[in-house]
Amino acid sequence: MIQEIEALRPRRRGSAGRRPAVIAGRLATLLALTAFSALTLVPLVWLVAAALKRPDDLFHYTFFGPRLSGQNFTDLATKVPEFGRYVLNSLFISSSIVVVQLFFSSLAGFALAKYDFKGKSLVMILMLATILLPGQVTMAPLYELLCRMRFVDSYLGLIVPGAVSVFGIFLFRQAMLPIPDDLLDAARIDGCSEFRTYLNIVMPVSRPMIGAFCLISFLGSWNSFLWPQILLHNSMRFTLPIALNQMVGMYQQSYGMLMAGTLLSILPVMALFLLLQKEFVAGLTTGAVKG
Amino acid sequence: MTTFRSGWRRADGSAALSGSATRGTFRFQWRLAPYLFVSPFLILFAVFGLYPLVKSIVLSLYATNGPRDHVFVGLSNYRFLFTDPDFGVAVRNTALYTFWTVFLQLPLSLGLAILLSQKWLKGRSWFRLAFFSPQLVGQVFVGVIFMVLYVPQYGLVNHAIHTVHAGFPLDTKWLGDARLVMPALVLASLWMYVGFNMIYFLAALQAVDRQLYEAAMVDGANGWQQFLAVTLPGIKPVAVYVLVMATIGSLQLFELPYTMLQQSAGPDKSGLTIVMYLYQNGFISGDLGYASAVGWTLALGILIVSLVQMRVTGAWGGAKT
Repeated sequence: MIQEIEALRPRRRGSAGRRPAVIAGRLATLLALTAFSALTLVPLVWLVAAALKRPDDLFHYTFFGPRLSGQNFTDLATKVPEFGRYVLNSLFISSSIVVVQLFFSSLAGFALAKYDFKGKSLVMILMLATILLPGQVTMAPLYELLCRMRFVDSYLGLIVPGAVSVFGIFLFRQAMLPIPDDLLDAARIDGCSEFRTYLNIVMPVSRPMIGAFCLISFLGSWNSFLWPQILLHNSMRFTLPIALNQMVGMYQQSYGMLMAGTLLSILPVMALFLLLQKEFVAGLTTGAVKG
Repeated sequence: MTTFRSGWRRADGSAALSGSATRGTFRFQWRLAPYLFVSPFLILFAVFGLYPLVKSIVLSLYATNGPRDHVFVGLSNYRFLFTDPDFGVAVRNTALYTFWTVFLQLPLSLGLAILLSQKWLKGRSWFRLAFFSPQLVGQVFVGVIFMVLYVPQYGLVNHAIHTVHAGFPLDTKWLGDARLVMPALVLASLWMYVGFNMIYFLAALQAVDRQLYEAAMVDGANGWQQFLAVTLPGIKPVAVYVLVMATIGSLQLFELPYTMLQQSAGPDKSGLTIVMYLYQNGFISGDLGYASAVGWTLALGILIVSLVQMRVTGAWGGAKT
């Protein structure tokens, strides 16, 4: 909006932009931004380089060596043959969590945005309380409970307790508040049930937020460590963060191989992020700025 | 909403559904729908949130050995906790980390956001992408990467500092020296979170009314005065949110040191944090009662710190917001 208004405004003549002081200021700003963003990218570029170098070249060349090599990846495949399995485990768990969270969170967000019902404010207060209380408080009794439900060492123990994201409910409530009531009423008049209204009208309208939430939710479960570490015992069920954490202990000196494993672990989220970048940033800041 | 409550019709003018019974069920499902829609959250919250929350108070009064073996010990878990020197170390490390990471992170994030919000700037989305990218890398993976970056003799960090400042010893052991573990953790955390918080500040800055700046300029305010009088009050709600969330997150530090220090607390326990203490005592040793006591202590600590922060920042802005 602001940019559009700025564009419409007539430019002042004798343009202030050409004064040396202004130019110097802008150059300094650009320089600072470039320097800081380069500094931010260094560890990631270094990671890619380290994974693709020959293991012996790792510390001989700061970034890329004279030759690329897949040696680190072959090492990974021979020393940790289950690595592919870990990737699949992580993919399966994270996608399952995304799907259930998306459904339940958007449904609850819809109810909070578009209905007036008794106890609505109580639900909102409960949601706030869950955000302020750190998860570590309930970890021990939750573990005990999941033991009794036979959910320990099972993916259900990760998926079921995390099936609703409170953050997601807030996001979807924010995104659905501006949907006009007339649109919903029109659907109702056409004979849609409340659930059909949600599924066929409200969800398609909320597409950008769905993209944002999928990424946020995927990122959260992909990177989560403590709870899966507590819950999963059988190494065949391990997720990537658990596996990487153990590999650090076992193969302390095989830096190249560790870097290859790390690179493979973050590539899927990087790809997803590049796909959904715009929605992600918009979704992240919605709650904070408007709320 | 009132359209169909007072008898609604199809577009062609015919009654959509005839008979008051059908209309009754319709109204009934309209009333019931929101409850059905929030019920998954409520049920899961009751079973996996509220019940464990209450249970953890009870559990914290027991000594346990694994999930089944309980002995009532009253408050002695808490008594032991507050006299355990290890817990003292954990609290001190966590507090130190939180202090440094928050107070270095937020000004840096805000500074970058201000630079990035200049309206003449081209390629803003590229810069934003670069600054944000570390946020995609989970703490465990950051721990692995930085463990290698901090390697003595060969590591990139030592070489970079050595290039700038030749007196810096190349064999500096960031992760092997108790005095350097904390700076190493703070540096890694800056890499992870500066860009993330910058996104929030950037959105807030772009929402500040431009006319306020013009008014301030007309009144002859210089850049710094504009920042104090317009920018800070304008972004205050977001700034408080970022401050509180960054603090809460920092107080729960665990994965980063746990991976970087190879599943240990580091030299002289210099990387021991409260959550690491909870994990080691509760889940490695299997005393879930003690873990609950640590959890509650942490929760109360977090609650007090956040309330104080909100209180102090609320007073600072005066009557506004």
